[in-house]
Amino acid sequence: MSHDRNVETARIETERDQSNPPQQLLDISDLSVTFPSQEGPVEAVTDVSLSIEPGETVGLVGESGSGKSVTAATILGLLEESARIDGSVEFDDQQLLTKTDDELREIRGDRISMIFQETGSSLNPVLTVGDQISETIRTHRSIPNEGISRLETSVLGNLLRSKSHPTNYERSWEQTVELFERVGIPAPEQRALEYPHEYSGGMKQRAMIAMAISCRPDLLIADEPTTALDVTIEAQILDLIDEVQAEFDTAVLFITHDMGVVNEICDRVAVMYAGRVVERAPTDELFAHPKHPYTQALLDSIPSLEGGQTLDPLAGQVPDPTDKPPGCPFGPRCPSATACCDARFPPEYPVTTADEPLPVREGGDDDVPSPRRNDPTGHAVHCVLYGSGDGLAPRRSPSDEDRQNADRGRPETDGGEP
Amino acid sequence: MKRYVVKRIAQYVPVMFGVTLIAFLLINVAGGDPVRTMLGTEASEEQVQMIREDLGLDQPLYVRYFDWLGDVLSGDLGTSIMYGQPVSDLIVQTLPVTFWLAGGALLVSIFIGIPAGIVSATRRNTKFDSGATIAAYSGIAIPNFFLGILLILVFAEYLRVLPASGFVSPLADPIQGIRHLILPWIALGTAQAAIVMRYMRSSLLEVMDQQYVEVARSKGLVPALIQNKHSIMNALIPTVTIIGINLGYLLGGSIVIEEIFALPGFGRLALNGVLNRDFLILQGVLLVTAFLFTTVNFVVDILYTYLDPRIRYE
Repeated sequence: MSHDRNVETARIETERDQSNPPQQLLDISDLSVTFPSQEGPVEAVTDVSLSIEPGETVGLVGESGSGKSVTAATILGLLEESARIDGSVEFDDQQLLTKTDDELREIRGDRISMIFQETGSSLNPVLTVGDQISETIRTHRSIPNEGISRLETSVLGNLLRSKSHPTNYERSWEQTVELFERVGIPAPEQRALEYPHEYSGGMKQRAMIAMAISCRPDLLIADEPTTALDVTIEAQILDLIDEVQAEFDTAVLFITHDMGVVNEICDRVAVMYAGRVVERAPTDELFAHPKHPYTQALLDSIPSLEGGQTLDPLAGQVPDPTDKPPGCPFGPRCPSATACCDARFPPEYPVTTADEPLPVREGGDDDVPSPRRNDPTGHAVHCVLYGSGDGLAPRRSPSDEDRQNADRGRPETDGGEP
Repeated sequence: MKRYVVKRIAQYVPVMFGVTLIAFLLINVAGGDPVRTMLGTEASEEQVQMIREDLGLDQPLYVRYFDWLGDVLSGDLGTSIMYGQPVSDLIVQTLPVTFWLAGGALLVSIFIGIPAGIVSATRRNTKFDSGATIAAYSGIAIPNFFLGILLILVFAEYLRVLPASGFVSPLADPIQGIRHLILPWIALGTAQAAIVMRYMRSSLLEVMDQQYVEVARSKGLVPALIQNKHSIMNALIPTVTIIGINLGYLLGGSIVIEEIFALPGFGRLALNGVLNRDFLILQGVLLVTAFLFTTVNFVVDILYTYLDPRIRYE
């Protein structure tokens, strides 16, 4: 246990050393989320750290069940009350995890908004689409007497409100129609009065985007927004997200399992596996030099147009959330796994380019190489293959060779076993 | 919307036609000869034959059916052998009593069942929820005649605050009328309220699990808006169905409750018809019950269109 504490101290110290950390819009650190279940507690998210700068698009990638959506729901405080949350989620220097539901409501939909995966069930079937968007505006942008009326919150609000909306709706309705126009919904005035079942999947997602940007949020969480759509519509929706992001200067947390989508839209990427972030890097860097065997496998599973290559699907399955291995969760599926991978989850190692020497750590009384955060390239990986010292992991510059080695099996220079 | 209503009316007509056919045939296949019942065992064969011809009972079945249907459509349901009065008059006399009883019991079921269901669902697994669930199952499990007798014992016998039996039209004397109806309403409405409560609770729980409710939360809407505007409307759709079915049964007359509280309603008329083998009363009761049942369901279907826009545009 002692080395864990040392690692922790080292990390905090290195963080303090950063004299001018970049202004973060969202800073998640060491977030863990545990749900009670009949088979005992299930840790859906473990020690996730992630930050987003204003206006930036960060991809959160992983298979289903890797904890991406739970991470997103935690940011907005949408998890069920029985969930145990540890760590910190800071948004604009405010700690979100300690906020009450009332306080969070001020932020939800206004400063942070969210687009969900299932377009079919994201809109309420008994309310007009325009109403569902304008109510968000009325909630957050209310000028006296123009907000949510008492009538609207009453049980009979729905029945009494006719399609021709009274005056206090008009302003929010006008804005809604403008938003519809902005997101490319044809005949916006008429469409706003229609019900969700009259919309196609792509139109619904456009409406959801209109809803999400209606209060010009600082952060937009897009949880697999294109998964349910076909490819041509997907491209349109991605373009639209890109456009509105540039126009409103919104940061985007883009959750997906699709590396192709990541490549298209994200500035930086964090790869999640079984509730943990295993690698993070700028998008170009990650695609050029994927380090974690899981990332490599994910990239290998993208079909390419150039023939000659066979697809390499990843064998095995995500570990059972109630019975996770103590070490690296990817260990059982990893072609390069060594005995020490099963012992415990490796800390975060910086990845440097091949010609840049690794920093030499002082006073190495530890059996674990020193992790380092906020390194210049921003590329870091939780994998013993890239550890930097003390005989545990190979002291070498990880290069593309690793990737090939990882594909074939254990690297020749494997020094991972003690 | 118009097309939907027209479509529903188009379905309504054949159903009613089928009901008349069944009502007619049921009486004809039922055992017993009404003429002999009328004349008694002493009557001669000629007398029987004469009455048969007189009543048109010697005609083939389909002729009799259309004759009868013509009479029914013009409001003539025949004359009751037992009461010596036109059946239509008997129905007109007894139906208002049942309307008052059913209407009040329905209101009891709605005003107790829906709020209790909502509170139970929104405070799931709290003391209120468990208490309401136990009460609901007791309400369903206790037979209404037992509850009726219990209510009479407590409120009419011991406390002497409410009358035990009889009917006064609330139109003639509102206070006495309602006083006479309170106990029957509770006796009849309790089980209905319990059913409505269970339905409302489970359908609201289902709705609160839907993604659009999570979306509503993610938009920062106030809880009252999420509950009332986004959840309850959706949860009411299946609940309205069960309320409609309940009302259909209530209008058919609650024989037991009408007997216990001595209410001269439709259910008692039906009971007397059965006990005295008065087929014309039975036929009339059957027709009116079927008519009310289908009409209530028709109204419920129209009501749906206000709750669920998906039906409106079908």
